[in-house]
Amino acid sequence: MLKSEAKKMSSPCCAKNAATAPLAAAVSSDWTLREYLDHFRCRISGLRMRYAVKPGLYTAGNPDKNSDVFVSANYKMSFDILRRSLKGMNVWILVLDTKGINVWCAAGKGTFGTDELIKRIGASQLENVVSHKRIIAPQLGAPGIAAHIVQQKTGFRVYYGPVDARDIRRYVEAGYQTTEEMRRVKFTVWDRLVLTPMEMIPAIKIYAIYAALIFFIMGLKPSGIIFKDGLANGLPFIFLGFLAVLTGALVTPLLLPFVPFRSFAVKGWIAGLVFTFLGIQNISIAAPAAVFSFLFFPLASSYIALQFTGSTVFTGMSGVKKELRFALPIYMSGAFISFVLLVFFKLKEWGIL
Amino acid sequence: MKYLTNVTSLGFFPDACTGCERCVEVCPHAVFVMSGKKAALSDKDRCMECGACARNCAFGAIAVNAGVGCAAAIINGMVTGGKPSCGCGDTAGECC
Ligand code: SF4
Ligand code: SF4
Repeated sequence: MLKSEAKKMSSPCCAKNAATAPLAAAVSSDWTLREYLDHFRCRISGLRMRYAVKPGLYTAGNPDKNSDVFVSANYKMSFDILRRSLKGMNVWILVLDTKGINVWCAAGKGTFGTDELIKRIGASQLENVVSHKRIIAPQLGAPGIAAHIVQQKTGFRVYYGPVDARDIRRYVEAGYQTTEEMRRVKFTVWDRLVLTPMEMIPAIKIYAIYAALIFFIMGLKPSGIIFKDGLANGLPFIFLGFLAVLTGALVTPLLLPFVPFRSFAVKGWIAGLVFTFLGIQNISIAAPAAVFSFLFFPLASSYIALQFTGSTVFTGMSGVKKELRFALPIYMSGAFISFVLLVFFKLKEWGIL
Repeated sequence: MKYLTNVTSLGFFPDACTGCERCVEVCPHAVFVMSGKKAALSDKDRCMECGACARNCAFGAIAVNAGVGCAAAIINGMVTGGKPSCGCGDTAGECC
């Protein structure tokens, strides 16, 4: 399927309507194989940020003076999803400079915003390009755009299209009407799954430091570091630590609606408790180490799960602040007590206590 | 899915509302509905404080303390003493 898409693209469009609009660049609605691969890399790596298109006016198909104008961010992934959704339509696409950030985040920051939109409308001389006064912005850009101010300053009325670009065709066909369902953000298992790599990567980085630290502490003897002991005594903790990362960054986000309670910290803690319990069944571990495990790992999982609030589409700032107010002191004291316990065990092991 | 209840900073002042329906159009969680000639709140607890409604209400009938509901951003803001920010500024790495 990818191949056929790529083949279709091998004869690029371009420059056909350059005459009708000297200011606009033409784009195709199809994705190249290269773009499919880039999108995938984008999901799993830090590439997201620099994946940008040049701001300005573009054409899809052969738009004329009556064609619709869609507004997009210059994050290439947002732009690509939009242009693919416009396949077969003749429209203008006005790309704002959002520093390569997606519409939703850029709107929150204000780069997908009133001033930038007004500036781009001016710079592209939109009033000479089209004879109407309608522009269609993605609904998720609304936090950044004051539609009434745009209209005051430019004469263009902003219509907010559907949340999901894939609904654009239905929206246009319905006479620019969104249904209640098109206006709501959804948060499906799939949505959550594609977000988990971004949760896993930072967590794994911290985990690597944690694993090295555990290995070092477990192998530490008054006489130096014993490699064999580090491995033998450290492995259960390294294993449980990995479980905590998985629980916080993958299991909790995926099972979000099914883990009890609304607080993400509590959800992560409960999931962490369950998985620590299951994990401990499979390894032999001394009683004091189990005490440490039940204290430390559920809290770690809770902390990681709380980070997922940054990826959700329904957690507000006041709510997250409230969670942090009770969770942060618990994390800090939990980490401190865990450390004291560890020192205590070590001293006992060495026969000092 | 719903988040914590009774925390949102969303405020609605029906007296200033002209019934232009912008808030209903922009809210991604259907917090606003039309009730006769004015807007009304359906379920405040679904509000995620994105600020779209307040920014697009030309009549000042809505106020909300908009911001990112993101733990890393808020911790970031606590550490730097500034506004919560997801660190995805002009040069930094990924965000949200
Ligand atoms: S946007 Fe403002 S004036 Fe318009 S319906 Fe909503 S609250 Fe009322
Ligand atoms: S702040 Fe956002 S989520 Fe809350 S009511 Fe307004 S538009 Fe809806």
